[in-house]
Amino acid sequence: MAKNKPSEPRTKNRIRHLIDTQWCKGCGICIHFCPEKVLEFDEQGKAKAVRPEDCIACRLCELRCPDLAIQIIMDKEDNHDHP
Amino acid sequence: MKQKEFNFKDYIRNRYFPHIWCPGCGHGIVLGALLRAVHELGLEKNEIVVTSGIGCSSRISGYVDFHTLHTIHGRALAFATGVKLSKPSLKAIVPMGDGDALAIGGNHFIHAARRNIDITAIVMNNRIYGMTGGQFSPLSGSGKKATTAPYLTIDRAFDIVDLAKSAGATFVARSTVFHATESKDIIKKAITHKGFSVVEILTQCPTYYGRKNKEGDAIQMMEGFNTHTAKIGSKKLENNPNLIQRGIFVEDKTVPEYCEAYDQIIATAMKESL
Ligand SMILES: Cc1ncc(C[n+]2csc(CCOP(=O)(O)OP(=O)(O)O)c2C)c(N)n1
Ligand code: SF4
Ligand code: SF4
Ligand code: SF4
Ligand SMILES: [Mg+2]
Repeated sequence: MAKNKPSEPRTKNRIRHLIDTQWCKGCGICIHFCPEKVLEFDEQGKAKAVRPEDCIACRLCELRCPDLAIQIIMDKEDNHDHP
Repeated sequence: MKQKEFNFKDYIRNRYFPHIWCPGCGHGIVLGALLRAVHELGLEKNEIVVTSGIGCSSRISGYVDFHTLHTIHGRALAFATGVKLSKPSLKAIVPMGDGDALAIGGNHFIHAARRNIDITAIVMNNRIYGMTGGQFSPLSGSGKKATTAPYLTIDRAFDIVDLAKSAGATFVARSTVFHATESKDIIKKAITHKGFSVVEILTQCPTYYGRKNKEGDAIQMMEGFNTHTAKIGSKKLENNPNLIQRGIFVEDKTVPEYCEAYDQIIATAMKESL
């Protein structure tokens, strides 16, 4: 696992939540089942990662999103398996 | 060689998204599980043929970037049988609705199982006719509300697992969209299995089944799939044997697969005619 950077104290793996607001239909499934309460609705009623630093990258949101609207992207610093 | 990381955009026809399904419809979770299964098996897109009939569930064939046939209601297995016999090297996958598979298509279903043709049938069971507006299906069960049963249904439901087993399917399993990873793992095994595989996935139609039966929104319906089911062999099931069972019920590798058996007959006939 990558080392914690002082500038990003709680973000161990640099996890990005790629949410396609055009595809998201606001069902709330990802928000409800997220074990870390990372996600909430934005003003438009679409999913948004409001506490990304709490994300444990379990991918439950991605697996259960019926609209394929959410992707968890892991930016690994020690990325030795680049294509 | 290290496998590329999964990205569903590699497996879908982007131009048809956002898809047509209602907010919270479980069919999209089945789609996601299927795409992940294909990725993890390392299959090439042109090794797969997805055949479907008509229904909300059947729309799936339009969304996946494999060989696809969007055919007629109830007859997807008949089309898939034809394709498989002519090109046995293809992995044949048939996503179906509960009505599609077991009302109008019940006959095709039992005979595909009896033949043990190498097809993977994924029954997306939302216990209703979603596409046509919420009529009850042979999976609704009694005491349910539907457009065609304002005073409650009186018909009993099929048990897809029991039916598939007794019709001769050689791989039979059940999961739910709450259990998305379990669904994916079961689909992987079903695709790998040589013979007729049936995977029932309980899924929600919040628009009709959920609303009419006051089962709440998609989230509550998914919570229900967690509460009302248990894995075979689990403590939860031992404590409450009336729960709906999940897992793999049949995995029989001893029955000849239909295309292979047919090839043998052809070989015999060729010898005779020499
Ligand atoms: C031969 C024929 N009969 C009836 C119909 C109308 N029809 C279309 S979809 C459908 C049922 C859909 O229910 P299901 O298969 O459970 O799929 P869902 O929409 O629930 O995913 C029916 C009756 C049709 N298209 N063709
Ligand atoms: S990956 Fe897991 S922890 Fe992170 S947002 Fe998704 S559900 Fe929550
Ligand atoms: S599960 Fe998907 S469609 Fe539903 S709110 Fe979350 S991102 Fe949007
Ligand atoms: S009607 Fe039901 S099955 Fe059809 S897309 Fe809507 S929620 Fe899904
Ligand atoms: Mg249905």
